[in-house]
Amino acid sequence: MFVAWRDLRFAKGRFALIGAVIVLITLLVGMLSGLTAGLARENVSAITGLPADRIAFDGAEGDGGPSFSDSAVTGSQWREWARAPGVESAEPLGIATTKAGAGDGASTAVSVFGVRPGGGLGPVPEGVGDDSAVLSEGAAEALGADEGDSVTLASRELTVAAVRGDASFSHTPVVWTPLGAWQDIAPPSGPSGGDGGGEAATVIALTTDGGPDTDAAVADTDERAGTTTVTKADSLAAIGSYTSENGSLQLMRGFLFAISALVIGAFFTVWTIQRGPDVAVLKALGASTGTLLRDALGQALVLLVGGTAAGTAAAAALGAAVSGSDVPFVLTPGTVLAPAAVMVALGALGAALSVRRITSVDPLTALGSAR
Amino acid sequence: MSLELNDVTLTYPDGDGRLTALDRVSLEVPGGGLTAVVGPSGSGKSSLLAVAATLIRPDSGSVAVDGERVEGLAPGRLAELRRSRIGIVFQQPNLLASLTAAEQLQVMAQISGRPPRRARPRALELLEAVGLADQAERRPHQLSGGQRQRVNIARALMNDPAVLLVDEPTSALDHERGAAVVDLIARLTRGQGTATVLVTHDRAHVGAADRVAEVFDGRLRLPAATG
Ligand SMILES: Nc1ncnc2c1ncn2[C@@H]1O[C@H](COP(=O)(O)OP(=O)(O)OP(=O)(O)O)[C@@H](O)[C@H]1O
Ligand SMILES: [Mg+2]
Repeated sequence: MFVAWRDLRFAKGRFALIGAVIVLITLLVGMLSGLTAGLARENVSAITGLPADRIAFDGAEGDGGPSFSDSAVTGSQWREWARAPGVESAEPLGIATTKAGAGDGASTAVSVFGVRPGGGLGPVPEGVGDDSAVLSEGAAEALGADEGDSVTLASRELTVAAVRGDASFSHTPVVWTPLGAWQDIAPPSGPSGGDGGGEAATVIALTTDGGPDTDAAVADTDERAGTTTVTKADSLAAIGSYTSENGSLQLMRGFLFAISALVIGAFFTVWTIQRGPDVAVLKALGASTGTLLRDALGQALVLLVGGTAAGTAAAAALGAAVSGSDVPFVLTPGTVLAPAAVMVALGALGAALSVRRITSVDPLTALGSAR
Repeated sequence: MSLELNDVTLTYPDGDGRLTALDRVSLEVPGGGLTAVVGPSGSGKSSLLAVAATLIRPDSGSVAVDGERVEGLAPGRLAELRRSRIGIVFQQPNLLASLTAAEQLQVMAQISGRPPRRARPRALELLEAVGLADQAERRPHQLSGGQRQRVNIARALMNDPAVLLVDEPTSALDHERGAAVVDLIARLTRGQGTATVLVTHDRAHVGAADRVAEVFDGRLRLPAATG
């Protein structure tokens, strides 16, 4: 690194320029990662937080895949699942988006999650009546309501039994209600709507025993009950807003990674070509190709790690500044450090491919007058 | 300390055939000896140096540097031979833009796997020997052409080479400075005991040499031994 360090200092302007590019791309990637995670949390935290491992949707598997907004399961489907082999618990879950209001005129869009009181799926305890609701913190804050206050959900008045958790779904805070209240607020529609049984809902949340035959047993029950069951992780794709949002954000992030690898590769390609004559001289003087490659790669890594560290620090600082506010931003090692590691790895790959041409520099060209 | 070329033939691809750049050349230079090589342009002088510097492999014949035969050595071993036993003074100074004069010399320690910092006293000593004691901290763009050429010479001597190969060191200099550089090389050759080959265009500079070899069309002609 003797020459590499001195080149870094000597060609300050050039290296500062590419360093700044690395800092900015890292900052952008870091912010985007935090934002993606933040948006995803607002979109799916109510589902990921469910104590279940699979979700059963109504209907046979179609082209579009299951969807929370189209699904409606009946009481008989639920009963089929409740006695299915390999299933430890099956809980109906009703999901509807509606407008919530509070006494003082505050109103907000919420997702109403109807569950069986005491069923364990949501924070609605046993014995709570159909005129009660449990607000998530987000809903309580938006409505300015607290325990004992009354709120209206789709013009139905409910008493706040408790404020629990910060679940949110499709960018709206969740209000948990007993299944009966949910059925009043959002009457299940479609062919299965008529089938009462008290357990009509949107989907069925399943906890399976996770045995080796689970998949086969689930497929069997799907057939009998006329449902489509996917894992909880796969069910996130059934939230319309999540797939489109997450998909485009991940695409942006992927492009940024690719762009940074290309920019770094291009920079080091030009730089390596420029110092070709120096490399020829060093080889003629007896430097081994391995040493020269190591130094060139070391130089690239200094730049990469320095730039990425600065960019990551900036992203973390900015993220910390905005995460208190309305901007959904998740600041964790996963959202900030992981993209930094990917940046360094991809940048090193780009640099490695470009400094490779050191191998083919002919020391003979150092002789003679052509320089 | 010596350089030996024995029956060396070198050809380059030339269209459909081959161009013979060196034709059965034999040359022996003892340690402390300075052999000047002159000849018209295109006669094969640089090719001779390139073969001696192990930068190009001859078609046939043998090369021995400091008693070690170089045929069949792997590229890594050849690089090691170059950094430890061969000093090359390039036609152009070929200095690295980001390094000071002293650092140009310290690089030789670094590529040999020794800490450059500890090579600094030796570097300063050599710079003093070539009359650049005051210029040690200057970068190439702050040096004159003659000063750069002297750094180039000092660098070639940094690892105490057995063989010193010098390719037209005066082509970028005026006559007076050119003569000074050739005198310096002659003095260092005797002082350090290197086996030196000096390629030059300028016959006026050959006075400092022990003997003058002429190359013509790839053939080397040595004079009848002089004193
Ligand atoms: N890499 C090469 N490929 C093909 N031919 C070459 C190559 N290098 C040199 N030659 C040819 O070999 C012959 C000898 O070239 P060389 O460079 O050794 O001459 P020289 O005596 O050093 O000339 P000059 O005084 O002009 O430097 C020339 O005819 C040249 O055209
Ligand atoms: Mg030449």
